[in-house]
Amino acid sequence: MIPEIGYAATVAGLVLALYGAVAAAVGAGTGRPALVQSSQRAAIGVWVLVTCCMLLLVYAFLTFDFSIRYVAINTNRGTPFYYRITALWGALEGSIILWTWMLSLYTLIVVVQYRRRQPDFYPWVLAVMLGIAAFFLLIMTIPAPPFERLTPVPPDGRGLNPLLEDTGMITHPVALYLGFTGFTVPFAFALAALITGRIGDEWITITRRWTILAWYFLALGLLIGGWWSYHVLGWGGYWAWDPVENAAFMPWLTGTAFLHSVMIQERRRMLKLWNLTLIILTFSLTVFGTFLTRSGIIGSVHAFTQGSIGQFFLGFLALVLLGSFSLLAWRLPQLKAQGELDSILSRESVFLLNNLFLVAAAFTVFFGTVFPLLSEAVRGTKLSVGAPFFNLVNIPLFLGLLLLMGVGPLIAWRRASADNLRRNFLKPVVAGILAALILRVLGVGNALVLLCMGLVVFVTGTMVLDFYRAVRARRRTARGWLDAAGGLLLQQNRRYGGFVVHLGVLVVALGVAGSQAWSLHTETTIEKGQSASLAGYKVRFEGLEASEESNHSKVTAAFTVTNGRPLGVLHPAKKFYPQEQTPIAGVDYRLGLMEDLYLVLGDYAQDGSHATVKIQINRMVSWLWIGGLVLTLGAALAILPDQRRAV
Amino acid sequence: VSGRVLRYAIPLAALPVLLLLGYGFRTDPREIPSPLIGKHAAPFTLKTFDGAPISLEALRGSVVVLNFWASWCYPACYEEAPVLTRAWDTYKDRGVVLVGIDIQDKEDAAKKFLAQFKYTFPNAPDPAGRVSVDYGVYGVPETFFIDKAGRVRGKHVGAVTDEILRQRVEALLGERG
Repeated sequence: MIPEIGYAATVAGLVLALYGAVAAAVGAGTGRPALVQSSQRAAIGVWVLVTCCMLLLVYAFLTFDFSIRYVAINTNRGTPFYYRITALWGALEGSIILWTWMLSLYTLIVVVQYRRRQPDFYPWVLAVMLGIAAFFLLIMTIPAPPFERLTPVPPDGRGLNPLLEDTGMITHPVALYLGFTGFTVPFAFALAALITGRIGDEWITITRRWTILAWYFLALGLLIGGWWSYHVLGWGGYWAWDPVENAAFMPWLTGTAFLHSVMIQERRRMLKLWNLTLIILTFSLTVFGTFLTRSGIIGSVHAFTQGSIGQFFLGFLALVLLGSFSLLAWRLPQLKAQGELDSILSRESVFLLNNLFLVAAAFTVFFGTVFPLLSEAVRGTKLSVGAPFFNLVNIPLFLGLLLLMGVGPLIAWRRASADNLRRNFLKPVVAGILAALILRVLGVGNALVLLCMGLVVFVTGTMVLDFYRAVRARRRTARGWLDAAGGLLLQQNRRYGGFVVHLGVLVVALGVAGSQAWSLHTETTIEKGQSASLAGYKVRFEGLEASEESNHSKVTAAFTVTNGRPLGVLHPAKKFYPQEQTPIAGVDYRLGLMEDLYLVLGDYAQDGSHATVKIQINRMVSWLWIGGLVLTLGAALAILPDQRRAV
Repeated sequence: VSGRVLRYAIPLAALPVLLLLGYGFRTDPREIPSPLIGKHAAPFTLKTFDGAPISLEALRGSVVVLNFWASWCYPACYEEAPVLTRAWDTYKDRGVVLVGIDIQDKEDAAKKFLAQFKYTFPNAPDPAGRVSVDYGVYGVPETFFIDKAGRVRGKHVGAVTDEILRQRVEALLGERG
């Protein structure tokens, strides 16, 4: 019964979404509000139907309904309870449901928020968002139907990909998809602005918080993905420039560029064309990302299965790109900038440079990602582009961005005077250089690390100095330092939220630099009762133990760890899932602020007499996760309703 | 650049990228050329599920189709099983030997699989995983085509079809041993 109800709900959702998109557009075009209202009800209906689909599938997972192919492939009777729920987005079809559901939820919020407030944009926004939802429902209907039946019904399912049995997998796709789908809202408003011809700053002001939200979730998704890679995959790294990681990173880069460039438009009436281009690119890159993951055209650890779905996505991508850029071209005469650049030494030009670097980074990542395809098309040779290329090009760009991050928020608009520069930057520059010199004396030899750390100190210096001055100025009217600081954060939440986000990025940058430069590892075979040591740690092999879990068997090793004092016992393991050929590593680690001890079990003797273990000392990786928390605080602050306007 | 040209140029700029991505459908990133092609096939001796020994060396002079499978490999192995049965019926009297190697499996599940598809060609488990390592098996099913001289001549990743099997086997049968 469930497959039929689910399929019916999907088709009904598709029809409603199509109808709603057309009704909203016609209603807006011919000035018939009744049609727009009808479309609004359709949007609510789409949300209800997609929610039904999702709940039905969850129910099927919880009751082990193996008559549904998707359930049979992604669970078996041993799959633990929570993973039966998250198995929902463990593979292609379910991930599309999750995506569609989020999109329909965002559409619902748009309906609730803007149906009265934005009478001009609203119908077109609704039309665009329902149109996009219709596409995803089409995917759920034809190339990736989640409720496809399986006959004969197998007694047990295949089971979830064991790598996905992890808390990171519960949150990573959710955050990432909230980010991906979140960019639909500013994109829809941009298209509405182009269609209605109201291409001023309105659409930007309305969508500012939406953009921050989407940007933040994307950043969070990337960081959680890094954490998952770090503690599940057992190679001790958090980022591999894998095509699908790149697919999520590119819209984040252009989205970051967009967040900054809109400020110039709000302030100086410049860059209208550029901002529209950036949001179109960002949204297109989210579609490109889904295309890349699901079309199977590029090999990746993340790739879902192949099928006709790739063609559907490519068609949609073509529609999005050609459609929105045609609209843009049509409005070109109205997109002339009103302001102009007065000086190279101004906030505008620093922001422009920031945009240039971010887009260049996005382009190199894009180029590296599709290069294997290009090479095969042009020269007929298969190759893969690895980390060295991406690092070579991106490290200078990211260091440049760090520098701009220090300069941008403090340099004056229009034209910076020598006095402005001296007042804001002299002390931070000195602090940065001093920091680099001190680190050099302390023995840090890596020039890139020195540069990165020096820049981080410089940027932190500019922010601390600015905040200190603002608080001091405010103290005259406030009761105390704390009161002054708190009031400032809340009243200028947009500016200082941005500062805190920058701080989070700096912390992440330190984590990346430190972990890349200072991590150590060794691989060694240890007899039972003997120990190996690395960088002050002693690791003693205590023995092996075999056990049976609900859906796999497991060999667990015990290693007692000391570094002068006892640190406890670590239990790296190897897990054997019947549906996987190769065992899955179960790493064990001891996280620390400055360094993590990280053990991966390799080969071992069946009788437990010896085992090979990879010992890693990963330095400053925790800073990535801490940076993520700081980023969260900053984004939350920036997204608060603007206090100044309320007063 | 005049406004009119720009109007067309902006949307058209997306075309090359779209074309390149479209080209991607014609390629398969998983189809990595095996380094074993043209090399001597790694010898092995295994015991089939029926208890009879089977060795690759002894099959020299025949075209050998070596198929790696597992009972848990759903759905690909289940899809190709009828293909293999048909191929065995067609070619067993024409100098072709089909050998199935079951990897990383439980014996009772594997035997159930064999019974389900009524396999009559030799099938052996690879208990130590040596043979699958020698052949660089990455996922199941994978199928290797070995010529009469004992060289690996082709590799197919994923479920084989009647068409692929026919083409590969006929080509190798046409060669002189």
